[in-house]
Amino acid sequence: MDRSRFVAPFVLQYSYKRSLGPVLSQFATALRDGRILGAVGSEGRVLVPPVEADPATGASVGRLVEVGPAGTVMSWTWVEEPGDTDPLDRPFGWAAIQLDGASTQLLHAVDVARDALKVGLRVQPRWSDERSGTILDIACFEAVGATVVIHPSEGEPVTCFEAPTRIGYTVFAGAVTADFLEALCEGRLVGRRCPGCQKVYVPPRGSCPTCALAMEEPVEVAQVGTVTAFSVVRIPFEGQRLEPPYACAHVLLDGADVPLLHIVGGCEVDDVEVGMRVEAVWADPIEPTLASIHFFRPVA
Amino acid sequence: MRRVTIEGFAEIPPVDRDLDHDEVEGVRITTAGALEQAGLGRDDVDFVCSGSCDYVMGRPFSFAMAVDGIGAWPPKAESHVEMDGAWALYEAWVALQCGDIDVALVYAFGRSSLCDVGEVERMVLDPYTLAPLGIDSLSLAALQARSLMEAGASERDFANVVARNLRAAGEAVDVQTLLAAPLVRDPLRAHDGARRTDSTAAIVLRADGVGPAITGIAHAVDAHHPGMRDLTRAPSAAAACAAAGGTRGVEIAELHTPYAHQDLILRRALDLSEAVQINPTGGSFVADTPMVTGLARIGAAARAVREGAGKALAHVTAGPLLQQNLVCVLEAS
Repeated sequence: MDRSRFVAPFVLQYSYKRSLGPVLSQFATALRDGRILGAVGSEGRVLVPPVEADPATGASVGRLVEVGPAGTVMSWTWVEEPGDTDPLDRPFGWAAIQLDGASTQLLHAVDVARDALKVGLRVQPRWSDERSGTILDIACFEAVGATVVIHPSEGEPVTCFEAPTRIGYTVFAGAVTADFLEALCEGRLVGRRCPGCQKVYVPPRGSCPTCALAMEEPVEVAQVGTVTAFSVVRIPFEGQRLEPPYACAHVLLDGADVPLLHIVGGCEVDDVEVGMRVEAVWADPIEPTLASIHFFRPVA
Repeated sequence: MRRVTIEGFAEIPPVDRDLDHDEVEGVRITTAGALEQAGLGRDDVDFVCSGSCDYVMGRPFSFAMAVDGIGAWPPKAESHVEMDGAWALYEAWVALQCGDIDVALVYAFGRSSLCDVGEVERMVLDPYTLAPLGIDSLSLAALQARSLMEAGASERDFANVVARNLRAAGEAVDVQTLLAAPLVRDPLRAHDGARRTDSTAAIVLRADGVGPAITGIAHAVDAHHPGMRDLTRAPSAAAACAAAGGTRGVEIAELHTPYAHQDLILRRALDLSEAVQINPTGGSFVADTPMVTGLARIGAAARAVREGAGKALAHVTAGPLLQQNLVCVLEAS
């Protein structure tokens, strides 16, 4: 069997609204206004970007002071082929930049020629045309001497910002689920039996969740079963496959010991009851997913 | 202090992409293997602790699903850390010190093949001032490597570390060839990063057992934002090492180095002499599985002691650029 058949893309994506707290709120508001602030930490160290507590001592930081805007490259690397998440769409450098007046280093992108980028290079921020109070209000740093343009931007103090997250995955079914999906594509439901407790699981698992023994014996079960529990979904939600109202149900297939979570259809939701006998209604064509069973309908 | 020993260690051999085992399978096989080596059964286990990361696995509550691999019956006290399994072992060690339990089972699972692990690593960066920039972990590592070069190290030093690890893993490699490879993130080359793998590992701990004894274990942490630190040093590694009893007498060290140049930083932080054998089989550098490698380093150090070393050290790191470090020292019982 070709296991790569059951490999699929999956994207995890969401956005958080992050509140900034008292220190970072001042930092973000200043960025929006075209200035960079650092926090005065222990022994007068100026921490940029500011944090609420000095990492060296744990003591709360004092007031915020303006730093830079120019600074010195302390370390750098080079990105020849920028990717989707990079801040610039042409070759650029990343650098650790010690802003004038700061005791720590800010990391940011630097837009200079590769052979110009070196430790000791003097750089200044290039401000974004539109600023909202994030680190990206600094579009990047550039060599000192370029014309500074700061479009005016003002408003209320910035207290939170939107932080989108996206990770792309390639998920795979695993050998046991791949076997199940293979049989499913032939219109068969094949579970596995635990050699210890003898229970038959559909869908199968490679390992009995009770006994922690390998489940290797395949067992084909019936496509007819009994509703052991159900719940009627009456409200809509994102990603819903069916139009509410519909009934989610535990269906204990004949020959299985563990119920399958699926949907009961083909009847009024108010007619669904525990003990009801139901049978699988298949999609055509069958895809390697449990959604290839449309739903279970009452046995005539 | 209660004497805690490592009685069993098993792992699914790390591979680039494991299509054969899902996480439950891996957990079942390795926990059963570690218990068998310990001469114990599931009934003997008092406490189970695991290390994994949902973002690595790409699904919420992946750690809860993986519990299937240890079996629901008989019921166990169970805990989890969203970290490398080495920290799960630390939690189990603390639980054993408390004296209520005698046997603990620790496991970890992870994959590099499901996503770009760099995207997950980006999520551990400061979410306000660093993560939004989209900086990748190799670029961060390159900033650290250049800081080291400003302090006197060279690209050849990095290549020597790569060559030593690859040779230990049985690969023919020469430094000149390594240095001829293109710079991916100046001054780093693709081979300067550890090889990413999929695997699962499990360890059985016991109070007053007969296996290698944990004579010291500690962890410490440095400032989160890399710009707040001297990246050429790892004070938290030094602090953890001192708290774990230091390196006097250590014959073998398993170092967790996501990037070759970090070997140089750690040697200094841990005060490892030239006489100490580092990563005898290539270690984490040839098989770096997120959330698993650290636990496997402790397992490898225990194996070294079992095979005759008087004293071995395992080092584990987490967070950006050696931010957090754990050191575990093992000696023959």
